[in-house]
Amino acid sequence: MSNLTVLAGAPVLLVQLVVSGILVGAIFALVAYGMALVWGVMNIINIAQGEFVMLGGYVVFFLDRAGIAPVFGIPVAALVLYVVGIALYHTIIRRIVGRDMFTSILATFGISILLQQLANQLFSADIRTVRSGLPSLFFADGMITIPEVDLVGFAAAVVVGALLVAFLRTTRMGQAIRATAQNARAARVLGIDTDRVYATTFAINCAICGAAGGLVAMTWFIQPYLGLTYTLRSFMIVIVAGLGNLAGVIVAGAGLGVVEDLAGFVLGSEYQTAFVFMLLVVILVGRNLWLARERRSLR
Amino acid sequence: MSTLLEVRGVSKRFGGVVANREVSLDVPEGSITGLIGPNGSGKTTLFNSIAGTHPIDSGSIRFDGHEISRLRVPQVARLGIVRTFQQTHVYRGMDCVRNMQISTPHSGDTLLSMLRESTAAETERALQLLDFVGLYGKRMLPAGDLSFGQQKLLEFAMALMNAPRLLLLDEPTAGVNPVLINGLVDRLKRANAELGITLLVIEHNMRVIMNLASRIYCLAHGEMLAEGSPATIRDDPRVVDAYLGAT
Amino acid sequence: MRKSGRGVAAAIAVAVTGLALPWIVPSITTQAAFLWLMILFSLTWDINGGQMGYNSFGNVFFFGVGVYACALVQRDSGLSYYAGLGAGIGAGALAAALSALVLGPAMLAIRGHYFAIATLGLSIVAANVASAWEYIGAASGIAAPLFPGAIGDRAKFFYYLLFALAVLTFLLVRRLYRSRLGLAINAIRDDEDKAEAMGLHTTRYKVFAWSIAALLLGAAGGPVGNLVGFIDPNDLAFAGATFGVWMVLMAVLGGKGTLWGPVIGAVVFHVTQELFWTWLLGWQRVAMGLLIVVIVVFFPTGILGWVARRRTTAA
Repeated sequence: MSNLTVLAGAPVLLVQLVVSGILVGAIFALVAYGMALVWGVMNIINIAQGEFVMLGGYVVFFLDRAGIAPVFGIPVAALVLYVVGIALYHTIIRRIVGRDMFTSILATFGISILLQQLANQLFSADIRTVRSGLPSLFFADGMITIPEVDLVGFAAAVVVGALLVAFLRTTRMGQAIRATAQNARAARVLGIDTDRVYATTFAINCAICGAAGGLVAMTWFIQPYLGLTYTLRSFMIVIVAGLGNLAGVIVAGAGLGVVEDLAGFVLGSEYQTAFVFMLLVVILVGRNLWLARERRSLR
Repeated sequence: MSTLLEVRGVSKRFGGVVANREVSLDVPEGSITGLIGPNGSGKTTLFNSIAGTHPIDSGSIRFDGHEISRLRVPQVARLGIVRTFQQTHVYRGMDCVRNMQISTPHSGDTLLSMLRESTAAETERALQLLDFVGLYGKRMLPAGDLSFGQQKLLEFAMALMNAPRLLLLDEPTAGVNPVLINGLVDRLKRANAELGITLLVIEHNMRVIMNLASRIYCLAHGEMLAEGSPATIRDDPRVVDAYLGAT
Repeated sequence: MRKSGRGVAAAIAVAVTGLALPWIVPSITTQAAFLWLMILFSLTWDINGGQMGYNSFGNVFFFGVGVYACALVQRDSGLSYYAGLGAGIGAGALAAALSALVLGPAMLAIRGHYFAIATLGLSIVAANVASAWEYIGAASGIAAPLFPGAIGDRAKFFYYLLFALAVLTFLLVRRLYRSRLGLAINAIRDDEDKAEAMGLHTTRYKVFAWSIAALLLGAAGGPVGNLVGFIDPNDLAFAGATFGVWMVLMAVLGGKGTLWGPVIGAVVFHVTQELFWTWLLGWQRVAMGLLIVVIVVFFPTGILGWVARRRTTAA
């Protein structure tokens, strides 16, 4: 692989890829944390996670086209997706909480297809992006390029993440959410309205994805079919980090970003997505083998 | 009588908790041996070690002279060791007859042999054993529809269908209607006497185990505390202390 | 006795309808051919899904392998049309079954929802690799060779081929569920740990069951590729978001874990989809997404389960 030798011969290139990877990885980690939240509190693996990101991106895109800058567009996207989340909870999600995982996977897969095709019909399959108008920063004699918008995206992801963590730690609803995650029945006995907790949790997750989608639109691009890749990325990060491990999610997110960038460079961008999914399969098989050595198994 | 199962110095810890420490016991072929001890003394852990559910940290487990501590669960089962569980494990979606039909011994199975239907002989044996445990009338019901006690009987019948040499029974009378316990004990004795199956039984019901077993081992806090005939164990002050101390 | 009499009558009705359809209503031959494909899809999925408890979201992987294997044989082997097609179908079936044998031990060791997602990942990897691999046409795909008969005959020919495959699948699956292997996979579904503790060679049977599904899916690939005339890696061969999830859905809709459930589910699903297409055009896919949600949320035990429950409450 000639790209590999290029990489070996120019360590500066490696630095470039690592830095870009970490910057985009923050967004991955944010979306993954939302998925972990829903998984931990409601025991639902949300296959439509990526679609919420996609929708958030479209909100920011259309607001930007109407003259509203992303700095305002992103909170609006979060709000819009929050409302979408509440609506989805009360119509569909409420009925699948407490059922088996297969049901929740299949149902959220249905929602994913519904949203994806809706976006395709309404917005067409054209690739959209939000021009930030921000310059790029150059380091190491111009060998390393960092678009300022990537830094903004990274910072924004960190801010949103921090807000989320603060919310969960300090507010009453946040504490109710954490209590329900630990033991839903006990929470109910203590008077916590678990239905409201579930609705809020799901809606918060959608809001996070909405915000992340705005960041994606700014730093990359949006199209109706980017959802599944984001969903599976989140899933990978969550199972590597483990539920309830925030630091793990951050590290795994950054790690995935870096690995993807490297793979995209070495293998070529057409193979980058294939690599991501292959990594997922390898992680699942590998994790199972590791557990099997202790003669336990993934359940 | 030769020793069918020989456990020597088996230790197993889970994280910081030592579940079994240097446990040793012998189960003579054709006998009924009891394993007692207060809750948390490590009895089920020992069963899991023997059955291959988890690896042991140290020690040896020999079955019919062969070391089995490194084998996986299906391999141990195919050697002739079958165990039952405290929480019953039956195939809930299948009816009792089918539960029995799939419980035949599998050591000689090949893919080809599995492509045929169950033989008349197998089905006949299944019905016989269901009758033996008193479930003949319920044979067409899905196993998941049976009561807890009935599921225990089905599990026992399935174990017999597997024609084991050694049967590990984990609290066979727990949760069973007291009226039915005598019948169950009777069937255990008959399985041992008529079918030649060696039994190693975990029991909490003292009356049952004293009646059933010829030799009893008592575990406490993960260690072997005492062993002997039912009379010896019953009069051993350490055993009494272990149970009283645990409550 | 009544039950099997009903089953035989239904089978005969289906067989007669199937054989006569292209002559009665020639204009829907292609759509009807896809009905047989859907039946094959849902029956093969249910072998591992409803009957064995391993819900795969990636069985379309085997279908895609079959599609491409046949196309490559037809393109590169230099055989005449029918010989090439026959060899291609055989190659497709074999390649798919082999991949199940190779991937099975590692994949089927993963349980529950992790297995579902791992298989989903597998089918998407295949779609992406196929889209990038020049030798097999990359994103442009491969065109099937020209059918050597009259235009109307092509659809009919592949209709009967798919009909035959669907019937074969049904008969094979019915035989399987009567055998001890059928008992074994049900036991694995109900309590795999117990099955292991009773000495069952669970890995062997899981892999074999998956390979049977793969064999049939792979065989169906060639006929479909030739019927459509053009192989697109994402939309036809490794169509994870359509075929891949429909397989699961149809079996759930009809009643997974039964013999006729997947068949009924496939018929209802396919007919509904064709109606959606006629009325809704581009919005068909949106409606399909909605349909999936409705089925999963409100009909978890499927049509047969719903019928059974109504019968017990009425009785």
